[in-house]
Amino acid sequence: MQWEIVIGLEVHTQLSTSSKIFSGASTAFGAEPNIQACAVDLALPGVLPVLNRGAVERAIRFGLAVGAHIAPRSVFSRKNYFYPDLPKGYQISQFDLPIIGQGSLTIQVPTTTAGQPYKKVVRLTRAHLEEDAGKSLHEDFHGMTGIDLNRAGTPLLEIVSEPDMRSAAEAVAYAKMLHSLVRWIDICDGNMQEGSFRCDANVSVRHPGAELGTRREIKNLNSFRFLQQAIEYEAQWQIDTLENGGTIQQATVLFDSDKGVTRAMRSKEDAHDYRYFPDPDLLPLAIDNEWIEQVRGTLPELPLSKQARYVADLGLSAYDADTLTSSREMADFFETTLNEVPKEAKLCANWLMGDVSAALNREDRDITQCPISPGQLGNMLKRIADGTISNVAAKEVFKILWSEGGNPDAIIEIKGLKQMSDVGAMEALVDEIIAANPAQVAEYRSGKEKVFGFFVGLAMKASKGKANPAQMNEILKRKLAG
Amino acid sequence: MLNSSLLQLGAALRSKKISSVELTQLYLQRITALNSKLNAYITVNEEMSLVQARAADVQLTQSKTHALTGIPIAQKDIFCARDWRTTCGSKMLSNFIAPYDAHVIEQFNSVGAVNLGKTNMDEFAMGSSNETSYFGHVKNPWNNNAVPGGSSGGSAAAVSAHLCAAATGTDTGGSIRQPAALCGISGLKPTYGVVSRYGMIAFASSLDQAGPMARSAEDLALLLNVMAGFDERDSTSLQRDTEDYTRDLNKPLNGLRIGLPKEFFAAGLSADVAQAIEASIAEYKKLGASVVDISLPNSHLSIPVYYVLAPAEASSNLSRYDGVRYGYRTPEYTNLADMYEKSRAQGFGEEVKRRIMIGTYVLSHGYYDAYYLQAQKIRRLIAQDFVEAFKQCDVIMGPTTPTTAFNLAEKNDDPVQMYLSDTYTIAVNLAGLPGMSIPAGFGSNGLPVGLQIIGNYFDEARMLNVAHQYQQVTDWHTSTPQHIEV
Amino acid sequence: MSLSINDVYKVARLARLGMTEQEAQTAHAQLLNIFGLIAEMQAVDTNGIAPMSHAQDISQRLREDVVTEHNQRELFQAAAPQVKEGLYLVPQVIE
Repeated sequence: MQWEIVIGLEVHTQLSTSSKIFSGASTAFGAEPNIQACAVDLALPGVLPVLNRGAVERAIRFGLAVGAHIAPRSVFSRKNYFYPDLPKGYQISQFDLPIIGQGSLTIQVPTTTAGQPYKKVVRLTRAHLEEDAGKSLHEDFHGMTGIDLNRAGTPLLEIVSEPDMRSAAEAVAYAKMLHSLVRWIDICDGNMQEGSFRCDANVSVRHPGAELGTRREIKNLNSFRFLQQAIEYEAQWQIDTLENGGTIQQATVLFDSDKGVTRAMRSKEDAHDYRYFPDPDLLPLAIDNEWIEQVRGTLPELPLSKQARYVADLGLSAYDADTLTSSREMADFFETTLNEVPKEAKLCANWLMGDVSAALNREDRDITQCPISPGQLGNMLKRIADGTISNVAAKEVFKILWSEGGNPDAIIEIKGLKQMSDVGAMEALVDEIIAANPAQVAEYRSGKEKVFGFFVGLAMKASKGKANPAQMNEILKRKLAG
Repeated sequence: MLNSSLLQLGAALRSKKISSVELTQLYLQRITALNSKLNAYITVNEEMSLVQARAADVQLTQSKTHALTGIPIAQKDIFCARDWRTTCGSKMLSNFIAPYDAHVIEQFNSVGAVNLGKTNMDEFAMGSSNETSYFGHVKNPWNNNAVPGGSSGGSAAAVSAHLCAAATGTDTGGSIRQPAALCGISGLKPTYGVVSRYGMIAFASSLDQAGPMARSAEDLALLLNVMAGFDERDSTSLQRDTEDYTRDLNKPLNGLRIGLPKEFFAAGLSADVAQAIEASIAEYKKLGASVVDISLPNSHLSIPVYYVLAPAEASSNLSRYDGVRYGYRTPEYTNLADMYEKSRAQGFGEEVKRRIMIGTYVLSHGYYDAYYLQAQKIRRLIAQDFVEAFKQCDVIMGPTTPTTAFNLAEKNDDPVQMYLSDTYTIAVNLAGLPGMSIPAGFGSNGLPVGLQIIGNYFDEARMLNVAHQYQQVTDWHTSTPQHIEV
Repeated sequence: MSLSINDVYKVARLARLGMTEQEAQTAHAQLLNIFGLIAEMQAVDTNGIAPMSHAQDISQRLREDVVTEHNQRELFQAAAPQVKEGLYLVPQVIE
């Protein structure tokens, strides 16, 4: 029997504000326990929340980036439940009137077989602002749990997708796209180890065309690998359960990354009743068009727009355009490099996606840690473009730039890597070669054109690799023709 | 000295007839003598009060002083005051030393007023008789068998018995006006948003508002000048130009239109209170006011709506008392759930638990629309009644309470009867309007009657003018409980 | 929609209020009375009326994204029932 996996994701992105969503405490990661938990974060008697403009602005940026409706009026509600890392006994969140409405995200899904990656549009249901909870630490307190509230009140944008994904690969592609986008528009640092980007996956299975199955929610997946593994395990578990005649109960589960399995949470056995109601401490949030337009003016060009422009204006392939816009840093690097050699988009693309990426991968660095600046790379490419150096010589220059830095022109000069473009000198070289190899010349002239390669080899060797290959070919052909 | 108005006290302090330390000591001695009987204060800290008084005396030698510099003010124990025990009348916070100042406390500190102590109150401001306090009930200075009203009963009793120059209160459903009426003093609940709620321990956030309690409208105006003002730490604090609430005190009342809602004079109002209110309306006519009959057709729904909305907000506001970061934690527990349930069961009193239960229920799945949402919709109808009414009149008047002070323990076993004592005050909170109560005579049992004055939004200066003019021609507000020696 | 004794237990559990059987019985009787008082409200026709959550018909004021708070852990934790190494201690949380 055929099974279809249905996945929707809820992604919690920590917004990169300096202060918390409802207080003036710092959001910096890694501080000593509870030193960034102020009176408001601790829910001392009598304290009140005041909303951070920076958090709202970041939500608007996201809404614009996914083409979503930005609510002119949205409401903060209280989600009531008891948990020691939730100081007020409720989380301030948004319930029926979220700040961001429906939008969409186009993802590229790689296929495991040799086939081409395919595109898919994932619909976003909504995105809403809320506050993060603190952390519970279970070690070393003689059977007690330690509570650190530094994280309490950190702004979160919870981004909810429709159940549009049909495989773990699609879910991961979506999560990666979202991860890239929130960094692209500079609303989240994307640091998954520190919990800045956390995924909950709603997974169900069904026979194709049937009603949606009962879903189980896998909580708190903080790496793409875990997301993939957890969904694969969970979907298979559900299929096995159903095929063995069992039923699926709606549940919240955790992924045990050591064992690679999902298990139901023990602590929330009683039915949830969050008793949402509008927070009486916070009036409705109003966002006018003027504010939206002002934020729009500060948004960087988005990946889809860049991709279209790279193809239409720069003549790059769709594949090149996608790759170069995989992150904002990559696109910025490409465009800054291109500024040095404006007519050589393909050359820039080839080097970035070829030698530069290979070298970065070798050293496990990302583009922001590239030892060669776009200016240096562009200057080097300029010398390839104007014929000063050959591609072979360029690789030599690149190696030196990578390990020692410096100015490409100076390196070319010192290392003597300039191509020979003096026609007279090249003709003299060719004359010598013809004179020294009469037998091969005769062969060539009798129609054996394969011998031409032999002459090219000799000529390049004689020029110590500096000859401009195109020019040299032309001279050889002319002289050999007699 | 004890009968002086705040202006007179201020003048005495500035002319060095008395120092702030002497005045503070005078009140502290009275508290020592009388508090064991009245139980108006939960916490008195002579040392901390005198530190402030000494600082005020220094300030008083300099040219720049404020009308309230050096004057001892009693603070309702709902306001966090740094280094002061702040209990909110609850066992839950019986050992809580506040680590910060409420905005109201900051405001009084900034003008050099002296914090004389923290007054008793119904636990978490939930009550109308001051009998729900963990620290014992407060007695009405006019009759020690009667309640002082609540929840600001300690403040009302302290003002009435001259255990302070003036006091603060908070009003969620009548908690300033009702005790003011029952203790024969003046009290004002401002428009919602005029006084910052920062540092004022929350009961029902969309209804809570702090205000002054004193012996005259003039005193209230001086106190409100200090308490009111924008505070960026409270999202609902209003950004408005600073007002001088004393500015209109002396305006004549010629042409004033007083609206009398027929619903406030219907069944349930005791005859002696009705008589006193009618007499005060007659006095207003003499002052040049005219009377308009109006109707607040939905006001009978105030109590049902309030007993859905206030407990709903309270149930959530009180979730923070979980024994984790501060407050009471049960000494024995088996696990986390047990720790929560025991700490809260032991730390909260019966009325608080009752309201948490009501609030949790009305917000829970399946009941939200029928109770909470319906109540919010009727809240709007109630507020609209006032909008209509104020098209016909400048202020609304009526009784503050249906009866004079009832006896201690009289309504203890019947929450519903207790709730009905706020029947005339609650609608004002639901609408967010300003309301006040001033002494308007005595009932058949010799206990004070309060006249309620309701104004339009931000009309506090006019209300104070209306009250002040009445107090210029009557002396109810200067009456003092007989057995309280002054 | 009458409140049952089971509702009382359920609500007490949701509100984390420990309750003996005796207390639940008493609470049940009192809550029934109170809901009798509230019932008057339910007959009112509120079709088309917008719910009123706040006393003010205005929108929310925002604060600038600036860090204004400094470390006051020692002061704040002076009020805590149990702390260790800067952490608030609670009975073990089971996930």
